[in-house]
Parts: sequence; structure tokens; C-alpha cells
Amino acid sequence: MIIELIQTFLLLALAPLVTGIIRSLKARMQGRKGPSVLQPYRDLLKLLYKSSIRSRDSSWVLSIAPYVCMAAVIAAALLVPVIYTGTFGLIGDLLLLIYLLAIVRFFTTLAALDAGSTFGGMGSSRELFISSIVEPTMLLSIFTVGLISSTTDLGGISMNMASTGLDLIEPSLLLAAAAFFIAILAENSRVPVDNPATHLELTMVHEAMVLEYSGKDLALMEYASMTKLLVFFTLMANIFFPWGIATSMDPIALAIGLLAYLVKISILTLAIAVVESSMAKMRLFRLPNLFTMAFILSLLAVIAYYILGVA
Amino acid sequence: MLFVSIILTSLAGALLAVLLNKRRAGMLIPYIAAALSSAMLIVMSAPVLLGHGDVILSLPTYIQRLGEFSLRVDSLSAFFLIVMAIVTMCVSIYSVGYLREYENKYNLGRMGFLFNIFILSLCMVFTAGNAILFLIMWEIMSVSSYFLVIYEWRRADSVSSGLMYLVMTHVGTAFIAAAFLLMWTQTGSFDFTSFAGIREMSELSGTMRSGIFILLLLGFGTKAGLVPLHIWLPRAHPAAPSNISALMSAVMVKTAAYMIIRCCFGFLGVTEVWWGLLVLLIACISALVGVVYALAETDIKRILAYSTVENMGIIFIGIGAAMVFQAFSNGDSTIPYLADIAALALVASLFHVMSHALFKSLLFMGAGAVISSSHTRNIEKMGGIGRRMRYTGAFFFVGALSISAIPPLNGFIGEWMLFQSLFLSQTIGDPMVNILIPAAVAALALAGAIAAACFVRLYGAVFLARPRSDHAENAEEASNSMLGSMMILASLCVLTGVLATFIVRIVDKVSASVLGTSIASKVVGGITLSTPDGGFSHISPLAVVIVFLLLLPLVYLLSNRLGGPQRIMREDTWDCGTPLGPRNQYTATGHSQPLIHSFGRYVGVKSEVSETKSSSPLIPARMKFHQEVEPVFERYLYRPIHRAAVELSNRIGWIQMGSIQAYLAYIFVTLLVLLVVFR
Repeated sequence: MIIELIQTFLLLALAPLVTGIIRSLKARMQGRKGPSVLQPYRDLLKLLYKSSIRSRDSSWVLSIAPYVCMAAVIAAALLVPVIYTGTFGLIGDLLLLIYLLAIVRFFTTLAALDAGSTFGGMGSSRELFISSIVEPTMLLSIFTVGLISSTTDLGGISMNMASTGLDLIEPSLLLAAAAFFIAILAENSRVPVDNPATHLELTMVHEAMVLEYSGKDLALMEYASMTKLLVFFTLMANIFFPWGIATSMDPIALAIGLLAYLVKISILTLAIAVVESSMAKMRLFRLPNLFTMAFILSLLAVIAYYILGVA
Repeated sequence: MLFVSIILTSLAGALLAVLLNKRRAGMLIPYIAAALSSAMLIVMSAPVLLGHGDVILSLPTYIQRLGEFSLRVDSLSAFFLIVMAIVTMCVSIYSVGYLREYENKYNLGRMGFLFNIFILSLCMVFTAGNAILFLIMWEIMSVSSYFLVIYEWRRADSVSSGLMYLVMTHVGTAFIAAAFLLMWTQTGSFDFTSFAGIREMSELSGTMRSGIFILLLLGFGTKAGLVPLHIWLPRAHPAAPSNISALMSAVMVKTAAYMIIRCCFGFLGVTEVWWGLLVLLIACISALVGVVYALAETDIKRILAYSTVENMGIIFIGIGAAMVFQAFSNGDSTIPYLADIAALALVASLFHVMSHALFKSLLFMGAGAVISSSHTRNIEKMGGIGRRMRYTGAFFFVGALSISAIPPLNGFIGEWMLFQSLFLSQTIGDPMVNILIPAAVAALALAGAIAAACFVRLYGAVFLARPRSDHAENAEEASNSMLGSMMILASLCVLTGVLATFIVRIVDKVSASVLGTSIASKVVGGITLSTPDGGFSHISPLAVVIVFLLLLPLVYLLSNRLGGPQRIMREDTWDCGTPLGPRNQYTATGHSQPLIHSFGRYVGVKSEVSETKSSSPLIPARMKFHQEVEPVFERYLYRPIHRAAVELSNRIGWIQMGSIQAYLAYIFVTLLVLLVVFR
């Protein structure tokens, strides 16, 4: 119980740092010095002290959206194994986690329409487009993981996989992981799907939706999306590559788990930074090509499981 | 005894509606009668669900050959009856307020009469224990709903929509009648109890079984609105008054799911794997096609009607999966858990039947309230209504959350169980299954995501932002009876989700009565739902709520602790320097454009941008956007059939020459032929 809470706190505490590191790495790769990796913490704190401006046209949906989104993301964070395979799995499984994050999507896209701003509508429309086409990929990668470890319980998957050892490196797992990585890019508004650093109306998706927020509301929305990114990273790290995660409460195992987690998250952070620095954002209507590719990867993952599993 | 009083109450309600026509009481008493008989239905069905034995009512029969006309309430019937009764009760309460709008415009006596008859026929369809009695009741249900569809007969499209409904429903009935006749040739009786014997007839050929199955699927698929037999649904449901749309979408289409479950599992026995795969395939297509059409629409009721096509798809995905698993577990009992997984799929499907009935009737009622106060069905002319109709907006919001499968509402629970049952298909080593089931997972995921997009768009366009017309600006809150009934349904949407563990126990009894496998002991543990394979996958809807109830105040308190209490200023929306009017916001059509751009072309959505040139080559003087939905199924499937039928009639038209002698000769020749053939 304590360990589970601690690892959730760890995740929540690390979330702005991960975003800070990505920004800093990107700055370095672009030949800039960039802000400190701690800048996101300062930004969030600064925003918390500011007052919020809400549109006269908006209703209660916009007012409650930041709180609901934050609560849903924290609930999702409670479910993922971070350094130890035990989680609050009693609440639910991987499917519930995906649907908890769907709450975030539902409220952000709806609240974006609330102020009657064209930017909000545009962001909402595009976000729903992107997340809808990426949803089958998401579910099929989960399906594959479910097939391999015959459960969709997050702790259970980690546990099964971590204890199976290296035998697990199967084509289907790698294919599913590749598909899931593209899904992460899409779900978290990263390049090449969206550019988190832009405010150009032609290209922005996520930023367009949060344009009407300010002060505390904005802080919560930003923090929620940072945490969401780390939740997805953690899923990737501990569901597809769970080696190193602690399977018991043994302090040494926990220390190894923490170390392994930090290493895996660093690799993913670097991967995102490299992708974002080396690729251009794609045109909106070219995105279906990318997602079709991801979908085919996930479908191949399932088929590979059956073909190789039966043989 | 209770059953007789239900029938008598409904009939009395119908009769009083006619007698009290054009009086004040005529707007109240028929609906009180309907609500009363619904309440009695719940009282009658609840004990059956809890296992206190079936309720049987024998009606007097005069023709022995047609079998015994009995009404029977067993677990399956009782489940559907309770779902129906909850909806009809709420709709009855709603109608009292809603129909005020129709006063002095349309005949309210007719409405009260048909309303009661329709509800009674629905109840009879769910309980009929004899094929002939069933067909009679089915016909009364179809005809009474037809008259309700054309209730607003002065409106241009209502009569033609009604006609299409009448034709399609009778085509369906013809297939059902054919299937029943084929079953009769096997058993020699029209009683459903004897039909159940078909399951054990080992000498019955597979072709015969499959033939009956196809006929049933065509017949009931028409009523369920499965693609491509759905074409009547998005026309008829919106044409009817909203209280009737709610009944049709929430209850009437479920009669098809009820009969498919009863006939396939109860009468025929699922022997062939491809039946299930066929149902699965059609259901996936229905879910996807339905939801894409819903996204392309701007008529609020048509959006909801297309979403019914989608949700029937989801329900039939569950039924199809259950059939696949059942067929495999009949063939090979060595594979573990197959019977359990079949049961899980059917439980998921039945759970979604209940969820859909609750949230779809809620949404149609909300739509009715919005339409009455904004005087339009076009969501492009609404907007900002949430500030004027606070409660309607809030209840509609619950419905939208529920249909978008947001945990822990009821829509989510059904989808969760459905996904889990599909995930567990891995024990089957059949290539077709191994490809189709992941495809079904993908289709379900895509349909679910687009449905959420569709309801974000609908809610946003109707209730949020600035009003797009004067009517929307001056919308008035619905009356208390409408709000009350919506409140009941909204709270049921939440409660059935949160307390799903109790509901699943009951639904499991129903599915066990059909499949013979009970999974409640494996699936329900305390407050959690798990998969029946002994795995660890589980959710606890109640825990989700508790987590949210803890986290929401926590987030609020913490964020207000850091940096002091929140100060809020009200300002205009960021307008880039130009004051914003009603047109400076995203339209519903614009909002769905990216998705329609990608998926619309597969179902015939066409859009066109035309420009009027001005002196500058870069800035057109006028731009016009036009989007239309080409009726693909009508054009490429129904029109050729129609044309062929007309052609054929023209060809053989010469035999109808108008001379009585010739007709008498035909009769004589036919008689001779019959005497020779059947001598």
C-alpha cells in the first residue's frame, strides 16, 4: 500500500522533469542552450499564483474540465506499475486506464468548444480526429500484450513478463511496442503528429484547445498533460519492457527497479527528443498514413502471435 | 392476475384516450395508465428475474392447429420487460409535459391510443409463447409504430419516411414468418416450447438449420437496423415525435436482439461457427457505418438514430462473439473456459442492451426538449442552449458520457466486458476466428472513439458556446415532468454503471437461462468484475467512483492551497481584435470534417466547395460549402431490386387482362394443379 502510493507520487513528481528534459535536449540538438530542466516546475508554480480568466460565453464544462482531467490522470497514474509490480490494480486494468485517459480527451475536447473560439473548435476537431484513428492501434497493441501474458491487469502483465525473462523477446511484442510508440506520439500531441511548441493556428492541435485557459486552470491542464505523457512512458517501459522492475518488496529489488525505471524513461525521453528534432510535423491529412502503418504493425503483432505461437 | 391487469390497464388507457380526446384529462390519463402498467410490469418481472418461476398466462384459443396462445415470462423475457418497463415509465411521464406542444396541432387522442397500444404490443412481443401469436403482436407493434411515425403527418418527410418503414418492416416480417414456417415443418407445432426441441433434433440437416438462421437474421436484422437493412431506421426514428423516437430506439429495436438470442441459442442451437462469424462481421460493419453517418449528420434526431445503428452493432458484436464461442464449446469441450467466455460475451451484450435503452431514451428525450424550445432540429442553428436549459443540458451530458463509454458509467461496463470476452478468444485455434476477432476489437475501438467524437460535437454544438439563432438564444427550460423523467434515467445511467456488479449478477442469470453456463461466481467478486478465466483482469466500478470522489476534492483543495484561492475574471473569448458573433465559431459540420474527410467517402459522403471569383485571384468574393450524403445503400442495393421488381411485374402484367372469364379460368387451372400436386 505504501510502496504503491510512493511510486504514484514518484510518477507525479517526475512528470514535469521529463517534459523539462525533453525541452532541454531538443534545445541542445537545435544548437540552443535552452531553459533549465526545472523550468516546467517554475512555470507551473507561477501559473498557480495567477488569476484565471474565463470566457463569458463558457459554461460549467470549462470550469470543471481542469479538475476532472487532473483527477482522471492521477487515477490513471495509480494504476501503472512504476518501480514495483504491485499497483492499485483492484480499481481496474489496462483497459480502464485507456478509458480514464479517454475522460481527459472527452473533457478537453468538449471544453475547447465551450468558449466559442475558433481556435478551440479547431483543436478539438483535430484532436478527436487523431485520437479516433489511433484508437484501434492502441487497443490492438493491448490485445497483443493481453494475449502474451493472458491478462490485462497492469501489475499482472509486468509480473508475468518480468518473471519470464528474456524468452519474452518475441516478434509480436516488439511489433506491438512499435505500434504503441506511434500511438504515444499521437495521444500526447508530439511531433510529427502535433507540435507542442507551436502557436501557429495552421498547425496547432493541443495548444489550440488549451488556449482559453489561464492561471490555475492552465497549470492543471499543463500538469495533466505532462503526467499523461509520463503515464504513457511508464506503460511502455513496464508493460512492453518490464525487465528490472521489482517483483517483491525487497529493498534491493526496489532500488534496482527504481534504477531500471529511470534508465528506461531516460531512453524514451531521448527517443522523443530525437524524433522531435529530426522530423517535421506532418500535414494533418497525411497523418492517416502514419496511423495506418501503426495499425498494420499492431495487426501484424496479433497475427505473429498466432502464427508463431501455434508453430 | 397481475398480467391480466397490465393488459387491461393499457387497453383502458387506450380507450380513455379516445373518449377523453380534446379534453384536459385526455393529456394526462392515458399516460398515467401507461406508467401504471409499466410499474406493474416491473413488479411482475422482478420476481421472475430473481428466480421465483415463470409467469404464464393462457389466452383462449379457438383454432387448435395454431397451438396454444400463451404469454410466458421467463428470465430472458423478464430482463427485456424490465428494461422496457423502466423506459416506458419514464417516457410516459415525459409525454405529459412534452405533448403540450402538440395541443391544437395534432390529434392527442390518437397519440394516447397508439401510445398505449404500442407499449402493450411491445410487452406482448417480449412474452409471446407461440409463433402465430408472436407474429400478430409483432404486426400490431409495427403498425402502431407506423402510425406513430406519421403522427406529424403535415410535415413533408414524415409520410414518406413512414411508408419506407412500413415496407421494410413487412419485408422483415415476411422472412420471420418464413423461418417460423420452416421450424413448424420440423416440429408440427407453432408453440415456442416445441420449437425449443429443434436444438435436440440430431436428424435435422445443417443446411436446414442454416437456412432458418439466415431467414431469422434477415428478418430480425431489419428490425435491429443492421447494415444494409438499416435504411428505414434513420428516417423513421427522427420523423416520429421524440417520446416515440425514444421508445423505438430504446425498446423496439431490442425486440430483434431478444428474438435472435431466443431463436439462435434457444431454438436452433448454435451448431455452425460461421453463423457467429457472419453476425460478427455484419455487426462490425453496422457499428462503423452507423457512427460515420452519425458524424456526417446535422439533424439532432438523425444523429441519435444513426447512433442506434452503431449501438445495435455493438450489441450484435456481443451476440456474434457468444455464438462463435458457443459453437466451439459445443464442438469441443476440451478447450477450457470457452463456455464461460461465450457467457461473458452474452452478458456484455445484454448489459449493453440495458445501457443503450437507458441512455438512448435519455438522449432522445433531451433532444425532444431542445427541439421544442429551439424550434429546429438542425444543430447548426443551436448553441449556447446549456445556459438557458441548465438541467436538460446536465442530463443530456450524463447521456453523452454514458454513450461515449466514459468510466464508470454503464456504457463503459458493457464495452469492458465485451473487449474482455474478445481478448479471451485466444484459446481457439481457428484461423478465421483469430483474424476476425482482432478485426472486431479494432472495429469496436474505432467505432467507440468516433462515437465519443460524435457526442462531443453534438453536445458542443447544441449546448455550449454562443447561440447561433434567435430561437436558441431564447430557449426555455423544459417542464418538470420532462426534467423529472430525464433525471430518473440519468441517475439510472450512473447507478447501473457504478453498481454494475449487482446488475451483472442478474444479467448472468438471464444468460445462464439461455446458454446453461453461469459465470457470476467467477466474474463478480465483492465489488469487482473479473474475467472468468481465472486471470487477474478486473475492474471495480465502485472503486473508480471512490477514487474520483477522493481525487476531485483533493485536486481542488491542493490547487487552491498553492498560490491562494482561485480568482476568476470573466472576459470575452480571445477574439484577435474582431468582436465575435455567432458565426465566428466552429460549426458542427466543420468540427467533424477531418474524420469525414478520411472515412466519409467509404459511405458516400460528398462535399463540394464552390467559389465566386472576384477581381483578386486570391480572395474569392463568395465561397460556398456543400456536403451531402449520397444514399449509397438505397442507390446501389435497393434501387436495382426495386427496378427488377417493377420490370418483372411489367413482364407478367399481360396475364391481368381485365376479363372475368380469364380470371375464372386461372382459378380453375390453379385448383386443378393443386389437386394434382397435393392429392
